[in-house]
Amino acid sequence: MRYAIPLILFLGLVVFLIIGLGRDPHEVPSPLINKPAPPFQLAQLQHPEKTFSAAEMRGQVWLLNVYASWCVSCRDEHPYLLELSRRGVVPIYGLNWKDKREDAIAWLNDLGNPYVLSVSDLDGRIAIDYGVYGAPETYLIDKNGVIRFKQIGPITPAVLQKTILPMVSELNK
Amino acid sequence: MKFSRAKIVGSRRSLTANGSRKPEVKNSSTCHVTMKQSLIAVLILLFTASLTFAQATVSPVEDELDIRVRNLSQQLRCLVCQNETLADSQADLAADLKRQIREQMKAGKSDEEILAFLTDRYGDFVLYRPPVKRRTYLLWFGPFILLGLGLFGLFRYIRSRREEIQEQPLSAEEHKRARELLHTDSEKEPA
Repeated sequence: MRYAIPLILFLGLVVFLIIGLGRDPHEVPSPLINKPAPPFQLAQLQHPEKTFSAAEMRGQVWLLNVYASWCVSCRDEHPYLLELSRRGVVPIYGLNWKDKREDAIAWLNDLGNPYVLSVSDLDGRIAIDYGVYGAPETYLIDKNGVIRFKQIGPITPAVLQKTILPMVSELNK
Repeated sequence: MKFSRAKIVGSRRSLTANGSRKPEVKNSSTCHVTMKQSLIAVLILLFTASLTFAQATVSPVEDELDIRVRNLSQQLRCLVCQNETLADSQADLAADLKRQIREQMKAGKSDEEILAFLTDRYGDFVLYRPPVKRRTYLLWFGPFILLGLGLFGLFRYIRSRREEIQEQPLSAEEHKRARELLHTDSEKEPA
């Protein structure tokens, strides 16, 4: 009995520490979930004379993937994006973040292009509007232009199977 | 003085190991300054100190806007190097954010409006001083609750100790018994 209280306090501390271990401090939850996706109109990567705006995607469920040729983790997730685009479940649009146009085009030519199209965010302004703080990041946006999910860091098969694909089919209903 | 201008670390990209889930940022290496790098930085600073002194006379040191940007960005957390303020951070994103803060200040926005702009995008996490709201009550008032509980426990303990230690005078009955015991003992002893 004498040791019960310190023991309980200690176990409580252990529980908190274990929870703390499992959390990634680099994952900052986005306040933009369930908020309208910030509007943008940017020049397209491959056709700089044309623009693309988020408003054009009204009525569709789509993914906005933030990537750059200087980002190594983007290379990791690239095969999964390619596979996803082959399956044609959800259109993927690319936000090429603070990259050189020719670098990005070469990167896509090299590794394959999973994007319907990419837009260039050369000075990172739109990325800031979306609360981007690293690449890659991916936003799932619904038919009404509302952000429903944000993946921080590379997309993995697990995230695709457990979260993104079920949400896409749910949102497409 | 423009010490902070000295570019300490070159852009060494792709430090993150493959497969790591950490999002990347341009010049992410600026967070992790090694011993050697800091030594080089010190040398550079020593070397450039004389140059910057000479420069200071030519260009104005810091105008009002610079000071405002710095004051505000000192209250903000850099999302890349999370234990650095936006003011101190050399990360690319921090530079972009500071540029936006400057532009908005030029456009006549108040500090509150700029903070709202940032928290709308990055959440309260960017604030070093979290706002008092329902979600942060525990954060703000938890320590005082713990202090209160601790004081309560301490007083209870002190009181119980005092009760334990308190001298309890013997009752008449006990006195009588004690005397009897002493007497019988003293009578038996010489035998």
